[in-house]
Amino acid sequence: MPEIRVSHVSHSFGDGSARRTVLTDLDVTLTEPRIGIVGANGSGKSTFVRLLNGLVHPDSGTVTVDGRDTVRDGREVRRRVGFCFTDPDAQIVMPTVAEDVAFGLRRRGLTKDEVRARTQGALTAYGLSGHADHPAHLLSGGQKQLLALASVLVTEPDLLVLDEPTTLLDLRNAAMVRSVVDGLAQQVVLVTHHLDLLDGFDRVLVFNEGRIVHDGAPAGAVVAYRALATA
Amino acid sequence: MAAQAVPLYLPGSSVVHRTGAGTKLLVLLAAGVALALWRSPWQVALAFALVLAGYAVARLPLRTLVRQLLGLAWVAVPLLAFQWIFASWQTGIGVVGSFVSMVLLAGLVTLTTRTTAMVDVVVRACGWLRRLGVDPERVGLMLALGIRSVHVVIGLAQEVREAQHARGLRASPRAFAVPLIVRSLRHADRLGEALTARGVDD
Repeated sequence: MPEIRVSHVSHSFGDGSARRTVLTDLDVTLTEPRIGIVGANGSGKSTFVRLLNGLVHPDSGTVTVDGRDTVRDGREVRRRVGFCFTDPDAQIVMPTVAEDVAFGLRRRGLTKDEVRARTQGALTAYGLSGHADHPAHLLSGGQKQLLALASVLVTEPDLLVLDEPTTLLDLRNAAMVRSVVDGLAQQVVLVTHHLDLLDGFDRVLVFNEGRIVHDGAPAGAVVAYRALATA
Repeated sequence: MAAQAVPLYLPGSSVVHRTGAGTKLLVLLAAGVALALWRSPWQVALAFALVLAGYAVARLPLRTLVRQLLGLAWVAVPLLAFQWIFASWQTGIGVVGSFVSMVLLAGLVTLTTRTTAMVDVVVRACGWLRRLGVDPERVGLMLALGIRSVHVVIGLAQEVREAQHARGLRASPRAFAVPLIVRSLRHADRLGEALTARGVDD
């Protein structure tokens, strides 16, 4: 599994009096296959995971994935770290399902036949082969999230970061996404408010006001998170 | 976001589907030039008939054509009335007929051509821009995002309209436009982040 090393990272948004610190001196190393992240809205968890593929650059400190700095070696890092957002509509780039899955492969120097074969493989693997030529905007919410996952996973990242991928989904679609995530060989970092998704995870970080306030097994983390929510 | 509009691409195996994207875009360009030069009623009628024949050869569903025509009626009917009153019926038929024919022809190209095929043509055609520091891949990406954004904005507009109805607000252009623009900008922001995450900036 890739080693994610976050060293003394702090980060703020805004300027002057509107400046708000969202992460404060985080120092953590993550090597487990399944890592969960929970915390209240605004606790810094989404900013934290955006550090992992260089979408956010830390104000101070460093973030490395397998020794590659997310700022200096951003391109290499993004090739290894796939990112899936909450709202699939915002990450579907191409008009049809197959074209969106192929989009990520087009800039990787593959031949057209390779792109076609890998696209077809991903569509089949995620139950979308019957929708290949369908307009992406006409898919259901769950299918859109599966498409977003397929579009990221077709590039075969070593690490998959998911930022609340089930927040907009009903229970059935959330379970579908869960089963896809369960079957992945890759390392997974999952931000979620659906605590049952964390069953079987190796490690869960609880965020509060920009700091990691609990780091351990899911059961203990859920207790700590619930205690924070009712405090 | 369930935007119900004319689909972007309808798979098929007709001659029109199999014709190369470059050829189809050239025909579209040539038709645009021709209809700008020749606008007599019979010339426009001939062009319209050819476009309809194109739909038939492509074996596209009749309802797709009807939906396109109904969508155009909002602009075409007032435009025809205006031209008829202030110019002549011949001018009205010429202007509106060429406009409708061109939009339908563009629709025929889009409905029978994958976006990636069109993007590939545009990227190849813009290859010379590389010498001027312009990345042709980005030009192609802009085209793809433009096409995709049509349905995104339609979906956002539906959401805004539904939210207004739910709150009992009457139709007001300002109350409609402001949230639509704000939502569109927010969507653009998130899309930019997703493109960066997918390595487009690298």
